Amino acid sequence: MDVTFLLNGESVELRNVSATVTLLDWLREERGLTGTKEGCNEGDCGACTVMVTDAHGSKGLNACILFLPQLDGCAVRTVEGISGPDGTLHPVQEAMVAHHGSQCGFCTPGFVVQMAMAHRNGDRAHDDALAGNLCRCTGYAPIVRAAEAAADAPVPDWMVDTATGAEPMSLDDLADAYEARPNATLIAGATDVGLWVTKNMFDPDDVIFLNRCRELQEIDTTGDAIRFGAGVTMDRVLGAMRDVHPSYAEMIRRYGSAQVRAAATIGGNIANGSPIGDNPPALIALGAVLHLRKGTATRDIPLEAFFLEYGKQDREPGEFVTGVSIPKQEDHLKVYKLSKRFDQDISAVCGALNIRVVDGSVAVARIAFGGMAGVPKRAEAVETALIGAAWTEETVREAMAQMRGDFSPLSDMRASADYRLTTAENMLLRVWMEDAGVASNVLEVSA
Amino acid sequence: MSVQTPLPHDAAHLHVTGAARYVDDIPTPRGTLHLAFGISSIAAGRVTSVDLAAVRAAPGVVGVWEAKDLPSDCDCSPSAHDEPMLSGSTIHYLGQPIFLVAATSHQAARRAARLGDITYSERDAILSIQDALAADARFEDGPRIWEKGDPGGAIDNADHQLSGEIEMGGQEHFYLEGQSAMALPQEGGDMVVHASTQHPTEIQHKVAHALHVPMHAVRVETRRMGGGFGGKESQGNALAIACAVVATATGKPTKMRYDRDDDFMITGKRHDFRIAYRVGFSADGVISGVEFEQYARCGWAQDLSLPVADRAMLHADNAYHLPHVRIESHRLRTNTQSATAFRGFGGPQGMLGIERVMDHIAHTLGKDPVAVRQANYYEAGVEGGQPPAPAAPPRSLSGKMKEEGSASRGPEELVEDTDAQRAEAEQTTPYGQVVEDFELHGLTDTLLTGADYAARKNAVAAWNADNPVLKKGLAFSPVKFGISFTLTHLNQAGALVHVYQDGSIHMNHGGTEMGQGLFQKVAQVAADRFGVPLEMVKITATDTGKVPNTSATAASSGSDLNGMAVKIACDTIRERMADHLAELHQCEARDVRFADGDVTVGGETYSFARAAQMAYEARISLSATGFYKTPKLSWDRIKGHGRPFYYFAYGAAVSEVVVDTLTGEYRILRTDILHDAGSSLNPALDIGQVEGGFVQGAGWLTTEELVWDDSGRLQTHAPSTYKIPACSDRPDIFNVALWDGQNREDTIYRSKAVGEPPFMLGMSVFLALSDAIAACGTAYPALDAPATPERVLASIERVRDGV
Repeated sequence: MDVTFLLNGESVELRNVSATVTLLDWLREERGLTGTKEGCNEGDCGACTVMVTDAHGSKGLNACILFLPQLDGCAVRTVEGISGPDGTLHPVQEAMVAHHGSQCGFCTPGFVVQMAMAHRNGDRAHDDALAGNLCRCTGYAPIVRAAEAAADAPVPDWMVDTATGAEPMSLDDLADAYEARPNATLIAGATDVGLWVTKNMFDPDDVIFLNRCRELQEIDTTGDAIRFGAGVTMDRVLGAMRDVHPSYAEMIRRYGSAQVRAAATIGGNIANGSPIGDNPPALIALGAVLHLRKGTATRDIPLEAFFLEYGKQDREPGEFVTGVSIPKQEDHLKVYKLSKRFDQDISAVCGALNIRVVDGSVAVARIAFGGMAGVPKRAEAVETALIGAAWTEETVREAMAQMRGDFSPLSDMRASADYRLTTAENMLLRVWMEDAGVASNVLEVSA
Repeated sequence: MSVQTPLPHDAAHLHVTGAARYVDDIPTPRGTLHLAFGISSIAAGRVTSVDLAAVRAAPGVVGVWEAKDLPSDCDCSPSAHDEPMLSGSTIHYLGQPIFLVAATSHQAARRAARLGDITYSERDAILSIQDALAADARFEDGPRIWEKGDPGGAIDNADHQLSGEIEMGGQEHFYLEGQSAMALPQEGGDMVVHASTQHPTEIQHKVAHALHVPMHAVRVETRRMGGGFGGKESQGNALAIACAVVATATGKPTKMRYDRDDDFMITGKRHDFRIAYRVGFSADGVISGVEFEQYARCGWAQDLSLPVADRAMLHADNAYHLPHVRIESHRLRTNTQSATAFRGFGGPQGMLGIERVMDHIAHTLGKDPVAVRQANYYEAGVEGGQPPAPAAPPRSLSGKMKEEGSASRGPEELVEDTDAQRAEAEQTTPYGQVVEDFELHGLTDTLLTGADYAARKNAVAAWNADNPVLKKGLAFSPVKFGISFTLTHLNQAGALVHVYQDGSIHMNHGGTEMGQGLFQKVAQVAADRFGVPLEMVKITATDTGKVPNTSATAASSGSDLNGMAVKIACDTIRERMADHLAELHQCEARDVRFADGDVTVGGETYSFARAAQMAYEARISLSATGFYKTPKLSWDRIKGHGRPFYYFAYGAAVSEVVVDTLTGEYRILRTDILHDAGSSLNPALDIGQVEGGFVQGAGWLTTEELVWDDSGRLQTHAPSTYKIPACSDRPDIFNVALWDGQNREDTIYRSKAVGEPPFMLGMSVFLALSDAIAACGTAYPALDAPATPERVLASIERVRDGV
């Protein structure tokens, strides 16, 4: 595979690169750029953050789970390229020194790149921008002080990158290729496949990278549904949902990290069939339709029908997800993501409750959970108990009791079965509490 | 003047530009081999067959070693010689290295290491405290017991009695830079090792042992670590030994670093503990007697578990005078990773036991937990808890040079019996040390006022009365932490200082830099002694060839010990220079003044560089070593009696949290901290230690949960499953200040150690969670740690049920 990209402003052309060489290994071992660090090798610590500019703008990505072909046509900036060509420090670097934002220094390059990226994009939600950068020394306070101190400084002129763009691949060509090579591994953001490689030593015989297929990256809001191409990254889904379904958007704010959301795609989160993917519950509760294609044949199915059982989806060999559509509707969706840690943690339970009350009675109840079964699954008995009933605490408590009929979750290192059931029940109660005006969101409380 | 100045970390510029070099960043010579361990997939049993053909045949593999192929047992233990680098036939934990692969790349070695075909004869693993007690699997022959007075009688005769138990989990260090080492074979069988270690001398010692060479044949260099936290005190030994063994066998440079998951699976973590207690107290909450049973899960090998468990006993009192006390400590052997040093070194666990007791007493009596704590505080040291006001430390060379120099160079004699005699009359710790420097009365009052504790306590109660779902909690916790290695002979340090003829200064000492800013603090000392700008002082990598026989940079001792050693070395050179110049100018050496980059003598002013040049030309030695040993220590760990600590460091915190009673989720809303760093050598670096230590301590007690399955497999072995605090987990409002005081003892510029003590301030968060949970009902929450949302919810349900 041939790959061309800009590295700290200089053109790099690579011939016959292996599909699964990570940018991190290449930077450190081939280029001798050791400023970018390996902290976890799975995209969870941010020490390897690099800035990547493509057609959708500049974003921080985890280089440890980023394969070189994903960078075709992009501009990459590592920590070595954050200071000016003459060694002038970037404002965030100066502020990190002045505010004592580094101690051991190992996470620092990743922080600096992510901070410089947020600074360039004018993003001042520092906690969100830095949720994917772990620091074990400082307790973060001085780092955030540095980010705040640098926020008003102008963006240095060397921080301008322009993506050249890669040769596009049409959706038709992709469909043909995958029908012909159904055993190929499709790679979009690599936030999951990356770990197969770095942790499970997965060595695929054949891969198809989806980054060049622009048709998969489209968001179409013109019809009676909002259609996301499968290759739309989660940061863009967040943007599209912010005003439409704010509770879903709030969940996505806590989905992975900025680096993960900038790479992970909505199609990937669905297609991998994980029982703990955070999008499917919300999408199912919204009545989303999944679009599939094999060769020239396309079909649309309700999203919940895609998940057959653990590890098994309704997808034929050579068939792939092209997108997902959310019917436009009045917003009644509440999405609750429950995990040990607020940011960048895999959900123990993710509940999506779409309950519409008309004249005091429940008219619509579409409720789906992740983490409660082998697949993302609707709470049908709960829905049945709600629909048509008066929207009262009594109804809610009766419906909560149906949860144990709908689900028999597992116990694992994230949560026990009982905790999952209890909190899933309480998520329904939370909808009622919020509706009744009872304060129930810890994120909205201050000292 | 450079001490007491809030200068940035010496490597800050290198950190932010990515130029700071860690072991894995050092350019490797051509032909360097990369190593990986093949690890066991069972927790206990015997290896019945090993087939490594596929490993040998894997791409890039150059060699494979089993235990039988090694030049020695390659023992990795820092204590009991019970840790062979490779298992041999007996498997002690799931993750234990069985074989070693050398390959042409890191990835090739990792891939090959997965290909071993090993069969086992499994036996039931001892995983839990219960398992270990049932099997009587323990280190030492039985529990260690320290007793003072008549605790049983005191408890029975008290107005009130309580008993209870708390479980607290371990903690993964999660240093961002994983374990790593590199070995470069030299001529004549010598070896140079670069290691990410807190203890270069230990690496040198273990490598020399493994290779059957004298220690002089091994030189270990450590410029910096990407975090240590105790996890690199002994856990790096295996990698360095492996590198040295393969480098010797092949003649090639070697490098080894653990992938993060391997690091979790192979290396030790903080000891998890269960502490049971029985306490007797008055209606005012004043403790008359208390008994603790401490159970520590030590893992498969002894490592540092004995001193860790000792320190848990030594902090069973925290800040409170316990007139009658019994502490029984069980050091249990389990088939899990060998638990090791971690910031606080058992202190946090012991301390959490007594903090639980204080909380439980307050809940039972319906009293403010702060009042109960204050009622049990040690009496103030002389002068009302304020330190005496010693003369201000000399900022630069002045007329006091001689006194200062001689005072620090001749450590006082051990005062063997004084403490014991005074203990008869005064309040003493459970181990008989008089607390001479108790700062917490004044510190607590100042903190509570600054944090507006009383008003906020009322506001929290009002909030809780109004809110059925979200409950707030507010809690205070103090820290008194003993400073010194409890293995007394470790309390020594050396330094090597050269002044070059251009006046530039090369400074080296036995401490290691892991982010705490030790190098900068010590450089500030050196610059101050010579009265030169900091840029004149070159900070150099820790090197066993420059300073020998060093102790680990641990026990918060780094700047206390190495700062003094450097000061002594600098003063030796300075005195030689002063003597020479005084002679030249026919004046007294004490009238030679080193300040502002100049040396002034007899009305003449020379630049420091000129003075150095003059000394050189006069054939004055401009190189000196410095050696320091901590005075006043005397400790019998078996009896549990004496003065193990030179002094105590103090601090206190008030934290407020909000808890969601539907799910157990919570946030830290505000934390106020006042911490005692003595007369801080560098307030900015010290505040960094306090902020970072607090968040790490809060992480230990909240989201950081280690989960092993029934087969002994660690399920939380990467940041995807093991959750250290993230950016937004720090308190929304986070006020940190240093207590304005001086160390009563003659430490380096009267500063205090600050590495570990703030870690325990995180307890205020745990206690605040308990306070919020208590608002849900009438029962005592009896919260266990880590207080994950799941544990919090379970506790809420218990409290509601009134259990």
